[in-house]
Amino acid sequence: MVYGAARALPGTGIQITTNPDTEPFWEAAKEHRLTACQCGNCGHFRMPPTAYCPECQSTEKKWPTLPGTGTLFSYAICTKDPKTGEPYVYVPVVVDLDGAPGTRLVSNLTGIDADDVKIGMKLTVDWNPIEGDWVLPVFRPGA
Amino acid sequence: MTWVNQDKCAIVGVGATDYYVRGKSWPRTINDMAGDAILKACADAGISVKQIDGFAYYSTAGAGYLDKFDTASLMETLGIPNVSFSATLTSGGGGCAGAPGLAVAGLMNEDCKYVVTVMALQQLPQHRLGVVFGASAPNAENSFLQPSGLVGPGHLMSVLARRHMHLYGTTRDAFKEIVQATRANTHNRPKAIRKNPLTDEEYWNSPMLADPLCRLDFCLETDGAVAVITTTTERAKDCKQPPALIHAVAHGGSREWGRAFAWMGMPDPDFASSGHEFVANRLWEQTGLTAKDMDVALLYDHFSAMVLMQLEDYGFCKKGEGNDYVLGGNIRYDGPGKKGGGVPVNTHGGNLNECYIIGMTHVVEAVEQVRGTAINQVENAELALATGGPASLPVSGLILRRA
Repeated sequence: MVYGAARALPGTGIQITTNPDTEPFWEAAKEHRLTACQCGNCGHFRMPPTAYCPECQSTEKKWPTLPGTGTLFSYAICTKDPKTGEPYVYVPVVVDLDGAPGTRLVSNLTGIDADDVKIGMKLTVDWNPIEGDWVLPVFRPGA
Repeated sequence: MTWVNQDKCAIVGVGATDYYVRGKSWPRTINDMAGDAILKACADAGISVKQIDGFAYYSTAGAGYLDKFDTASLMETLGIPNVSFSATLTSGGGGCAGAPGLAVAGLMNEDCKYVVTVMALQQLPQHRLGVVFGASAPNAENSFLQPSGLVGPGHLMSVLARRHMHLYGTTRDAFKEIVQATRANTHNRPKAIRKNPLTDEEYWNSPMLADPLCRLDFCLETDGAVAVITTTTERAKDCKQPPALIHAVAHGGSREWGRAFAWMGMPDPDFASSGHEFVANRLWEQTGLTAKDMDVALLYDHFSAMVLMQLEDYGFCKKGEGNDYVLGGNIRYDGPGKKGGGVPVNTHGGNLNECYIIGMTHVVEAVEQVRGTAINQVENAELALATGGPASLPVSGLILRRA
């Protein structure tokens, strides 16, 4: 099977919403800064951000700037634009985030042929503008 | 420690509508189909629908996340005079095998006498389960998943299947064998959607929907309704059919699986699993049995790869050995006299081949196997396992025993 170039999904049509627990993540993304929710009490990381730390139940949160790199944990290869059904090769990835042990982002991978994607690859964050002036973290190969 | 309610309740009636390809059930309505299944289940049990006084649902009583029915509308529609128990397992299709356990809770608490569990599914063009995650409105939580383009359950599970392949060397040949082995069980089933034997060529030519899973690894998209009636074993003596005793039943799961594929934060080895280990362990603790004691296994097969992972989580084979177990022919039903090494899986064809009513057909097949009336009867079947999920927690499992 030869899929060819993997592309991030077009930002047009991608919508997100936030709540008080998640908004700092998305505000940081607007500044092209990758963060993750860290417990302000015990330091445990959790993603997606939630109200309580599952380790110590604290509601205190910190939003440290992460290196913006990660490791590819798993992925799929899809061939249709989910909005239009038109042919469109994209690679949904699950990424282990460097600097925030145990946390993952589910995103898209670009800058590579889908056929060449491998679990364990080092990845670097990129930024994709989406609806509502938000910015979505996506990833490309390389550390 | 033997479960305190072991064999004290039984499934005494099963009923189902015809099975329709997605959308083809219209102009029947969701309440028409749910009512039809309930009335047929009552007739099978030999009771009047007016004797039903309990409802034990799953998937939050929703009809497959799409159209909705509830206790009030079913009572009104069917003329049920009183209800004294109405409860639902939370989360989604993972609750199908556990819902009769909820009925046991109501019956053993003497809240009710005859409990119905029903699922009806109708996927009209504006309501398609296969793209439910992509089509739902953005919220704070799914904003961390939806933009990736993982639009449906199968897309999410393809990522889990990939990790399993990476960790254990699992191959697509095993997924093919799961689809083929269970397809081989539908040729003689009048209501099955897919009846033709599946060739290698057809499988390999099936379009990839979310690599590594192709269309034939995805379950069918179908409409229809299925209902079962549960009562006490004592009361079952007055029913028409031999009771299918509820020998063990459990729902739940561990935090490591948690929100599962709607979250993707599961650590290894839970990520590359069906999330069923906790429920499996509870079933075996309740009974002192193991997977090898089962005569037939009706494993929730919304996606072929998740059958393989359940075989591991329930202990039919060791973790990481699902590929070789499946390819060794161990899930095949070879006829009533089968005495091979494995336990036949999805003798009814399952969600992949017969139809998909969010797992209820697995419960029905388990009942028919221990009654001895299954179309593909396992000879002298005494114990049948049915499962619900993988899905977000809770998932569930049920062991029925021949009376």
